[in-house]
Amino acid sequence: MDREAIVKGFEPQLHNILYILHELQDNNPRHFVAKEDIEACADYLKVPYSYVHGVATFYTMFSLTPRGRHIIRLCDSPPCHLMGSTTVLDYLRQKLGIDVGETTPDGAFTLELASCLGICGVAPAIMINDEMFGKLTPDRVDGILEERRKGV
Amino acid sequence: MNIARSHVLISIDAGTIMAGARGVQAELVEEIKKKGLSGEVAVLETGNLGVTGMGVVLVVYPEGFYYGNVTKEDIPEFVEEQLLKGRLVKRLLLTQAPKRFIIRREKMGLTKEQPRIVLKNCGFINPESIEEYIAAGGYEAASKALTAMTPEEVIGEVKRSALAGRGGAAFPTAAKWEFARKAPGEEKFIICNADEGEPGTFKDRLILEGDPHKLLEGMLIAGYAVGASKGFIYIRGEYALSIERTEKAIADARSYGLLGNTIFDKPFGFDIEVMKGAGAYVCGEETALIESLEGHRGHPRNKPPYPVVSGLWGKPTVVNNVETLANIAEIVRNGANWFKQYGTPKCAGTKVYTILGHVATPGLIETEMGTTLRDIIYDYGGGIGDGKQFKGALVGGAAGAFLGPDMLDVQMDFVNLKEYAAALGSGAILVMNQDTSMVDMLKSVLHFFKHESCGHCAPCRLGTARLVEIVDRIADSEAKADDVDRLLAIASVMKDTSFCPLGQSLYLPVSSCLKYFREEIAGS
Repeated sequence: MDREAIVKGFEPQLHNILYILHELQDNNPRHFVAKEDIEACADYLKVPYSYVHGVATFYTMFSLTPRGRHIIRLCDSPPCHLMGSTTVLDYLRQKLGIDVGETTPDGAFTLELASCLGICGVAPAIMINDEMFGKLTPDRVDGILEERRKGV
Repeated sequence: MNIARSHVLISIDAGTIMAGARGVQAELVEEIKKKGLSGEVAVLETGNLGVTGMGVVLVVYPEGFYYGNVTKEDIPEFVEEQLLKGRLVKRLLLTQAPKRFIIRREKMGLTKEQPRIVLKNCGFINPESIEEYIAAGGYEAASKALTAMTPEEVIGEVKRSALAGRGGAAFPTAAKWEFARKAPGEEKFIICNADEGEPGTFKDRLILEGDPHKLLEGMLIAGYAVGASKGFIYIRGEYALSIERTEKAIADARSYGLLGNTIFDKPFGFDIEVMKGAGAYVCGEETALIESLEGHRGHPRNKPPYPVVSGLWGKPTVVNNVETLANIAEIVRNGANWFKQYGTPKCAGTKVYTILGHVATPGLIETEMGTTLRDIIYDYGGGIGDGKQFKGALVGGAAGAFLGPDMLDVQMDFVNLKEYAAALGSGAILVMNQDTSMVDMLKSVLHFFKHESCGHCAPCRLGTARLVEIVDRIADSEAKADDVDRLLAIASVMKDTSFCPLGQSLYLPVSSCLKYFREEIAGS
């Protein structure tokens, strides 16, 4: 879907800005808010480019750099930390060969940190795109990554 | 109508979906059909059953047996044994069934079970069915308020109930409503704060997923009392299922005429819209939330003016937490006196907690105000797992307080904990056993704050950065002589000078951690 059509799905009112940005990002093949996305949003809402840029950079769910097909968001809030999120993070770093904020060379995975995902009962937890995974161990991480790699 | 002899309730919430609940549900329905039991056994969807971390959870009625960690592969055996032959499948049975009621400590050490208030319907009804909610007494309170009470009488009833805000600040709900009602202006708003970001807290999510109409009814009554015609529910962007179920509930309520231009044939209209957040902890602060709703960066505003006078688009606005609003229908229906029989003289009602960390059965519970930490951990949480000892708890999320073993028997409510320089906050109880490093926990809390500081004011932006540097030095055993005191000094300045509660609240975890575990932190 092109950008014009996406933004026109909403009333041109400022309070729809988060919805518009979510929708633009979800429809971007590289899962990020591109310069052109910001322009389209700014034109439609009749606000400066800098304004939309400011909003997009404020919220952690938006990325201004291209990301992989699967965005891994690891929760590192105190409950997950207590239950071993650091071990999972180290394992993911080593397994994927990337650091937080980076994307694997094949474009499959991006690794990000997230604040509390609200599924602390199964800590430590990660979210991959819209799906949640809990009670993680290195073994389970292997299985999940493998499935994802095959899936696309 | 077909009456089933047995009902299987399956919990469909974020946690169980993750464990494959939808697949198990499909398999279960299929297997029941195969065995020719379709007319006798009904499979029903419901919200969280009070257990988390136990995979897919089912409960079989009328027996009330709980099954956990159920997989698709278990279904043939489950149907054959439990549903066809009436025999237990012991390996899947949850021996420590979750408490679906409130335990009251009576005289002589006796305990009594009481029905829940906020979570009354959670895990009993299908959250996606407005009919089931109505059958369980839903929208009765709204009809009572709108047809038989004046707005002032509604506010009066809530005032007598002494309901205090459940988001953490414990501000009297009726006072907020009254201010907003009296504030000049034609247009007023009710906002439900469902931007639940406090680490360890997921009660609002499970209320939204388990009984969304309860919230809508509370907002409708609030709107009538305040004189508002529009409500917004600001839900975290990460809570996909909450958003989906709340939106469905709103659509159903509209089609039943419970939201719209005229409700119960009264010249009063009210409608609700869901707003989806995009990941910012600071938006849990009410003025930052309003900024975000208007389409700005989520920076907090100067107070006063308070939102009740000048909130959303400059109009009088009430911002209430999900749990607060979920209490309203029961208060209006049963009266303030009924509500006040729960809790302590200073703090009425119940509190919904999420209990997690090193406990045997983490989950969602509701207890009376004044229940001690010991009762919560041992009666509801199944005790400390793996035969370990209790070391401490972080109560109220990252912005909450660390409590040591000598706090186990203190009555927990908003008023009483304040006297111990602690706070109930959002109701997250993170339990830590003897093996926990408190330096590591403090480090995690401070890193969280550094990440979430919105950068609007200097004390918070710079303070969180300095605190992280110091705690990292301590964790790496490179602490300077007065680093521990410096932690406290910086947190103290932040408390006095930060612009909003985010920076101010950090003093609580830092000071309480040092109060109970200073030796450990200074010694590492």
